[in-house]
Amino acid sequence: MSGTMLNVGLDAAKLTEQRSRVLRGFAKGDRAFSLTTLIACWTVVIILTGVMVALFRGALPAFQAYGWEFFVSQRWSPPKEIFGGLPAIYGTLITSLIAMAIAMPIGLGIAIFLTETCPMALRKPIGIAVELLAGVPSIIYGIWGLFIFAPFLAEHVNPALVKFFAPIPLLNALFANGSYGTNVLTASLILSIMIIPFISSVSRDVFETVPAVLKEAAYGLGCTTWEVVRKVVIPHTRVGVIGGGMLALGRALGETMAVTFVIGNAHRINPSFLDPGTTISATIANEFTEADPGLYSSTLFALGFILFVITFIVLAAARLMLMRIERRLGN
Amino acid sequence: MSAVNMDMRLYASRKLRNSVMMTLCVAAAGIGLMWLALILGTLLFEGVTGVELKVFTEMTPPPGDSGGLLNAIVGSLFMTVLGTLMGTPIGILAGTYMAEYGRNSKLTTFVRFINDILLSAPSIVIGLFVYTILVAPHIEFAIPMPGNLFGGAINVELGGHFSGLAGAVALAIIVIPVVVRTTEDMLNLVPVHLREAASALGMPRSLVIRHVAYRAARAGIITGVLLAVARISGETAPLLFTALNNQFWSLELNHPLANLPVVIFQYAMSPYEEWQRLAWVGALLITSAVLMLSIFARTLGTQRSKNG
Repeated sequence: MSGTMLNVGLDAAKLTEQRSRVLRGFAKGDRAFSLTTLIACWTVVIILTGVMVALFRGALPAFQAYGWEFFVSQRWSPPKEIFGGLPAIYGTLITSLIAMAIAMPIGLGIAIFLTETCPMALRKPIGIAVELLAGVPSIIYGIWGLFIFAPFLAEHVNPALVKFFAPIPLLNALFANGSYGTNVLTASLILSIMIIPFISSVSRDVFETVPAVLKEAAYGLGCTTWEVVRKVVIPHTRVGVIGGGMLALGRALGETMAVTFVIGNAHRINPSFLDPGTTISATIANEFTEADPGLYSSTLFALGFILFVITFIVLAAARLMLMRIERRLGN
Repeated sequence: MSAVNMDMRLYASRKLRNSVMMTLCVAAAGIGLMWLALILGTLLFEGVTGVELKVFTEMTPPPGDSGGLLNAIVGSLFMTVLGTLMGTPIGILAGTYMAEYGRNSKLTTFVRFINDILLSAPSIVIGLFVYTILVAPHIEFAIPMPGNLFGGAINVELGGHFSGLAGAVALAIIVIPVVVRTTEDMLNLVPVHLREAASALGMPRSLVIRHVAYRAARAGIITGVLLAVARISGETAPLLFTALNNQFWSLELNHPLANLPVVIFQYAMSPYEEWQRLAWVGALLITSAVLMLSIFARTLGTQRSKNG
């Protein structure tokens, strides 16, 4: 009798030990797995920090050599090692701004069409088609722009623009020349085609967050569709729409291939949008592999660093705005 | 009477403004679709006429000569696969931390912010970064091996020149943020009850995540990976200073590797007609691959939302 009791006790002890061993194994596995995920998480942070540090270190010699003058100088002479960043910085900003001015109304228009007036059966296919535009690689826009769009503009649109603006002072300086197909305006137009889908898909998403009750109440008061959009939907989603716009702006600022093909790569600032120019990304893409190590390549790093800082600020602002909309939804 | 008239006028003007604005919105959608049709139409027109067997069996030609795109196609596939294999695990694990262990923690909010920046950061800048860590410096080291395996040690020589490995790393850095984002979103959609039920049965946390949460979110996570693959298969800017290009057949990771995007860039900018023709063919190949991938990923995503 007491023997069996003892046996049971022994078995139980063995079992407990076995169990605790298995549990310890589980605990170890748990810790290892959660630690791995944590490391992966920090990897993301390390990559972004690494990008910033690498660019800054590469840029340092150029910043030391030129100082603040780098931001205002227009001279670009690789053999003499004289480099000024202004034309590229100006080109980046001006192409993105023109692109935004064109893409913002069109992108918003598409979003309004998709959320308000489009027949239900067409909403999905049209939405997907517009988003496919966002998936087309930028080099495709580039090659299309170079072979099809730029010659078309040079032949049919640019002369008309020059003729139309010629009698108007100030504006005639902005639209002069026009003999080149590859110019600032072509690059801006290609950029605008590229960012339309970003703007429309973000705007559509935030438009859909407007409570149906609000819109129905406005319709009930006799508002037209446009009045509902203008007075209810847009005020309600303003932060999100601006955030989406800045996201698209971030894309436009950093876009490389589509611009490199069609901007003409000229290191000077021309008042006319119909003259060739350059952007930061186009300069780096064109010249980096051929640049001598030393001041030339350091200059390109400096341009890259400036581009990164500009896009970082724009994207951070966009994210903070979109986060505000998400938080409001969460509450 | 005049009050009624004024009302009618106001009413008519409101109605007019409404129809003008709505017409403009329809026109905007028309413009968006028109670009898509124009670009795809040109690509098909210019590309299809150039597609022939030679494209898939011959190497990229020297200037003025005829040839194919075989080495570029294989190089692109190779780097895309390698980049995806390197980036996906890191992305999924980071997304797992954010959705499972650190939901609502400060670190998660911070990493989400950083990840979103990385997601839209200019890809050319990522190319510059990889250039400084893998192409510019010359690294040489030996990994000691137990016994006489591989002659006692493996000698590793990295960098000093452009390489396929650097290209793949640059692509992996673009994959990571896409996968992190979708993994986190998809895991957040998995109902907490599922995890609670598994935990109540005594399942350890890591197994709950691997066997319950991952399984429930599988389709969504795969969609994210496919979208990431679609994104990197057309990326050109980060490859310009990493993989560069190679006119010949090569699968060596430590050497410049041919790839479609850079070939398209170089050939399109060249004055040779044959090169330009090949650039169009390459563009058609990339676009069809990317569009098929993203359509496939989308249908996978919608199937899931229908079932769930």
